[in-house]
Amino acid sequence: MPGYTDPSFDTLALHAGAAPDPTTGARAVPIHLTTSFVFESSDHAAALFNLERAGHVYSRISNPTNAVLEQRVAALEGGIGAISTASGQAALHLTIATLMGAGSHIVASTALYGGSHNLLHYTLSRFGIETTFVKPDDIDGWRAAVRPNTKLFFGETVGNPGLDVLDIPTISAIAHDAGVPLLVDSTLTSPYLIKPFELGADLVYHSATKFLSGHGTVIGGIVVDGGSFDWEKSGKFPELTQHYEGFHNMVFSEESTIGAFLLRARREGLRDFGACLSPHSAWLILQGIETLPLRMERHMANTEKVVQFLASHPMVSRVGHPLIESHPSHALAEKLLRFGARGAGSVFSFDLKGSRAQGVAFIEALKLFSHLANVGDCRSLVIHPASTTHFRMSDEALAGAGIGPGTIRLSIGLEDPADLIDDLKRALKAAEKAGDAATRQAPQA
Amino acid sequence: MKFTLQTSTDQPYEAYAYTGGKAFDATKPTLVFIHGVLNDHSVWILQSRYLAHHGFNVLAVDLPGHCRSGGDAPSTVEEASQFIQDLLDAAGIEKAALVGHSWGSLIALETAARLKDRITHLALVGTAFPMKVSPALIDASLNAPMKALHMVNVFSRSTLAAPPSALGPGTWVYGASMALGRRVLASNTSVNVFHRGFVACDSYANGLAAMDAVTCPILFLLGATDQMTTPKAAKPLIEQAKAGGKTYSVVNVPMGHHQMSESPEETLQALTAFLGMTV
Repeated sequence: MPGYTDPSFDTLALHAGAAPDPTTGARAVPIHLTTSFVFESSDHAAALFNLERAGHVYSRISNPTNAVLEQRVAALEGGIGAISTASGQAALHLTIATLMGAGSHIVASTALYGGSHNLLHYTLSRFGIETTFVKPDDIDGWRAAVRPNTKLFFGETVGNPGLDVLDIPTISAIAHDAGVPLLVDSTLTSPYLIKPFELGADLVYHSATKFLSGHGTVIGGIVVDGGSFDWEKSGKFPELTQHYEGFHNMVFSEESTIGAFLLRARREGLRDFGACLSPHSAWLILQGIETLPLRMERHMANTEKVVQFLASHPMVSRVGHPLIESHPSHALAEKLLRFGARGAGSVFSFDLKGSRAQGVAFIEALKLFSHLANVGDCRSLVIHPASTTHFRMSDEALAGAGIGPGTIRLSIGLEDPADLIDDLKRALKAAEKAGDAATRQAPQA
Repeated sequence: MKFTLQTSTDQPYEAYAYTGGKAFDATKPTLVFIHGVLNDHSVWILQSRYLAHHGFNVLAVDLPGHCRSGGDAPSTVEEASQFIQDLLDAAGIEKAALVGHSWGSLIALETAARLKDRITHLALVGTAFPMKVSPALIDASLNAPMKALHMVNVFSRSTLAAPPSALGPGTWVYGASMALGRRVLASNTSVNVFHRGFVACDSYANGLAAMDAVTCPILFLLGATDQMTTPKAAKPLIEQAKAGGKTYSVVNVPMGHHQMSESPEETLQALTAFLGMTV
């Protein structure tokens, strides 16, 4: 694309990383369902293995369809490159396993997806990696949690499901003072709503299962490197700055001044752990990304209407969306997110007035909202976090993540918002009736 | 690896050169790669690593004052050329081939002119003479370097779908070049190497005379859609080489100014053919 062009987000969402197939002329991205790629010669083979030439060898390491996805998400995030993975959790694990080993320490937000909390709190501690959890708005807490062996700061752009907005400029500055990068999970915001690299984050990952693919059809993840963190200057990452016998004795930071993380993550992490993404899944995610800007606009518009409805309903005691001025992250959302508080995403929680049984009645009365464990679908979704996604967390940890026993999480889809509000009205009525019935059945004093 | 360079005017300093993943070996034919403005050795990774593993003693330098190299960032092409000469002397290298990109191509040209028979091959990648930089861009490089970096990378880009590149498949070349520019700029806190490099390009006046003095074969490796150093802007040097009866060849790669990263295979093939190899 010669010319004085600087394509916008919407254009990159359709074109970044992809060109008409030079062999067939296919305009859409082909799905390269092949495990392996033929070498031109023995010398070509050796050169590919030794990173003397760039190309594809084996689809666990790279694949042309996946490479389009990786370029596209890197372009949308403003990064230098990306690695697609089997899931968002695989992207998180790949990132951590690339940067550290036993004896290392992470400082993480308390407001995390339950699976991420579980990985850090339970699973990684079994492998000698400890995590200190800090409330996302406890700035002094982040600073105080740093240890000599700290290797990473980690948080979500907006916490799941309380939508606590991470103060990326402040937290990243603390991380950088400590000589460590800030990793951000931007799943709930997607690159359309926030650009973490522009705010100071160093690494960004997504569960592509959610808004990137957007249709509830595929599991996938992707990690993007902003190329900003100076691993050598930090001095805390021998994995990237010293000879690695496991790959040609390479010093990754010498090979690439800016891309050491991606080099090692692909050549070690994907190779050895093997959590690669299927090319078919990559293609499905690409289909979703092509309409990401359109979908995110509708997600935001629908969410705004639903939030307004719930905030004025007598059965609702709290709506946890920064659109509400009393939300603790309202001001930060206005400051950091591309569309202000309106752009804090379409996954949020609210608290029903009443008992746990009324919560159950509410969920079971919904017709359009699907009760399941996912977010970011084009269809509207609902779940009870305390008994599902976050069930392994203690009450204390739940409270830290802004989740109460009666908290309901919604993921607002792309349906007509009037229909969604009708569905919620009906379910709230059912919850109210369940409360009335419970009162009638209660023993008389 | 690092070399300690003695200069006549300044304190000794250490200069860094990437050796392509192989040990330095002056008994092999030496290839020196010279980067352009706001770049470093890593722009040559694919080509330099391949050639290091195919019989060459590779030195992909960080120019003085850039990233891993100490010393004062060169203010002129001539100063940078002196650095290459000092490096070859310090490394004990009698003869070398030179490969330069953009500003690096002018440095390579000037060095080839000065060292004459010590230079066996001269590859000018994305070259132009005169290499004029617009006053607006020079000013922006000094006063609004992030804006200038953005402009340069927009001008340099020729595709939204680069093939697998320096970081492997999944590299977003535009973003990688932006990030490298930011890193190189930040690597020197005393001098704006962006502005200094552009001024050096803009002010270099010895191109045609230097071409007259070159004694080795010359490769002009140009980006057909290059907007930073257009193929047309290379014509004065090509014409001078032709008029001087030089042995030269011109290869147009269907890419922009990011030849090594947007078109790594074609760039490698052109270089290996020039060096008498086949890929």
